[in-house]
Amino acid sequence: MNNSLLVVLIASGVAYGTPLLFAALGELLAERSGVLNLGVEGMMLVGAVMGFWTVERVHANTELTLVLALLVGAFAGTVMAAIHAFLVITLRANQIVSGLALTIFAGAAGLSSYLGNDLNLADRPAVHAFHAFLPTSMQSWPVVGPILFGQNVLVYVSWVCVIGVGLYLTRTRPGLNVRAVGESPAAADTMGINVTRYRYAHTLAGGAFAGVAGASITLAITPQWVDGITGGAGWIAIALVIFAFWRPELCLVGAYFFGALQALAPQLQARNISLGPTVLWSNSLPYVMTIVVLVVVSTGTARRRLGAPAALGVPYVREEH
Amino acid sequence: MRISVEQRLRRPRWLMFAVPLGSVVFAFLVAAIVLVATGHDPVSTYRQLFDAAFLQRQSVDQTLIVATPLAFMGLAAAAAFRMKLYNIGAEGQMYLGAITGAAAGLYVGGRGGPAPLPIAAMVVAGMLGGLAWALIPGILRAFFKTNEILTSLLLNYVAGLLLTYLIFESQSYWRQTKGFNASVFPTGKQLPHSAVWPGWTLHVQGGTTIPLGAFFAVGAAAVLWILYRLTRFGFEATVLGDSPRAARYAGVRIRRKIVAVMALSGSIAGLGGASQVGDFSHALDGDPNGLQKVGYGYTGIVVAALGRYNPFSVVLIAFLLGGLENAGNTLQGPGFPAGLVGVIQGIILFSALGGEILTRHRVRITRRTKPTKAAASATRSPEPAT
Repeated sequence: MNNSLLVVLIASGVAYGTPLLFAALGELLAERSGVLNLGVEGMMLVGAVMGFWTVERVHANTELTLVLALLVGAFAGTVMAAIHAFLVITLRANQIVSGLALTIFAGAAGLSSYLGNDLNLADRPAVHAFHAFLPTSMQSWPVVGPILFGQNVLVYVSWVCVIGVGLYLTRTRPGLNVRAVGESPAAADTMGINVTRYRYAHTLAGGAFAGVAGASITLAITPQWVDGITGGAGWIAIALVIFAFWRPELCLVGAYFFGALQALAPQLQARNISLGPTVLWSNSLPYVMTIVVLVVVSTGTARRRLGAPAALGVPYVREEH
Repeated sequence: MRISVEQRLRRPRWLMFAVPLGSVVFAFLVAAIVLVATGHDPVSTYRQLFDAAFLQRQSVDQTLIVATPLAFMGLAAAAAFRMKLYNIGAEGQMYLGAITGAAAGLYVGGRGGPAPLPIAAMVVAGMLGGLAWALIPGILRAFFKTNEILTSLLLNYVAGLLLTYLIFESQSYWRQTKGFNASVFPTGKQLPHSAVWPGWTLHVQGGTTIPLGAFFAVGAAAVLWILYRLTRFGFEATVLGDSPRAARYAGVRIRRKIVAVMALSGSIAGLGGASQVGDFSHALDGDPNGLQKVGYGYTGIVVAALGRYNPFSVVLIAFLLGGLENAGNTLQGPGFPAGLVGVIQGIILFSALGGEILTRHRVRITRRTKPTKAAASATRSPEPAT
């Protein structure tokens, strides 16, 4: 039963969806404060390469090394986000072009591959990686075993993050302030909220999440370093935030859906099931489905503007005299 | 300390040139710091870079091979970005142009006809291929308000899979199926001679060939310049980009305009794809580590932004960045840091973006003083500086 296609798909959807979820939560925080960061792919790649570097170079026990690797990945993502934050918040540059620049700078032919090459990380098996850690008896429980208990610790951490971000945005003073900054920075400013500081903090937090997302690819899903290993996951994460109407709990659902789509092609191939005429079709399914869902979300009744921060992408200038 | 930014009343002209130039210098300085920090010698690395880009024997010849597609991609991005339509799907539109262009070359060239006919067919087919692919995000944006950045980008991945599929995973019209080589490694079918684009060879640096595509790129730049500077179409597109509301009041048909601009952008990218096949590869390149790995479409965005969306500056910048890119390819391997070119390009773009603010604003660094609470501080900001 645990080998049935549906169970395997859901279980691997949760696993593959976890990096998407981390990245989407980070982008959600930045966008809620009014900063659009299209550099997610680049930040993820730098997080991925630095996280992998940490496990290759640090000689400590597995748990400590992995925690350290996540922190290094988060820090690397934060540094990348800081460039974007400075350009768009302080210098008020165009957020779209700056985000694209970040992806070019940090991405597959940029800093991440520079670092991967310079630190000699290609073609090495990972020294440490995240594995499922709960007792095997629990993992073999029907249905819930592989889906809920057969996951690595990052999956559970991401659940905590979803709840944390959700509560933060709805139940805490700073969280409500962020939403005010994203909806109407001028009003927030008159209330005495420091718009610049809030936007910096949440853009940087977004970078940290993206770094963790990247590291969770090189430390859990495919424990190795390859140039451009994220393969567009950063862009899917940005799309996820739109599908999720800027709400963390819906990010989780969307991330697992796209995770399952990514797992679909290899699973079908392994079972000799052909979906449609060719490999082409099942390989492009995640991308095509993303577009279809985007279209559905952006039209008609779904377009209630639920959550889209009103000041997203608009720099804030306080008129000074 | 406090950095404050004030609006300039007048924009000095010299800054328009100083900022891009300063950005390039700044980028090389920052990249030099990165090089030193990672134990490379910046002086010798840069010397290698410039030799391979512009100075050594046949380097300009090689640079043109990279600069031609970059010019097309830059023009494609500029045509759309100018209207604030962020088409980042030039990459995929180029693949489609290469696919349709190659098909036209194989078919028309195979039937044998007067020489210019297959080339003309490739140009038209390539433009139509890119146009069709760009229509998808264009129509979705115009009629469903779907974010064109994401759709056009995701379609790049689909186009890449299609390209690989045609050569590696199927017995398509584009694939070479006969002969010994074809059974060892899948390749595209070679274009017949009449469909190969001619070049114009100059006797400098030991032979420098200017590909036909480079002339087309300059021609496309001229057309774009005229279109945006002298026609009603261009004027309306510019108004729509700057203020959608003003355009609506003025009676601009917004949906139609969005679709038309995307089609224009896509057809330039598609022409770039046809040139890729006709000028350089002479067969459809489906290798995931070939054309798809280079990412001309993404570098084209850098080119467009640095050229401030001015078609002629775009062509010039494409040549300069093409040199950089070419040097990166030539020097690839041990002894030259991989990814350096992307890093330099990224920093150039960052500093150009940051520098842009210098042309519109005056940046003041002052010592922190007690902020005076202005009651009227709640004014909304104007449109951001691009």
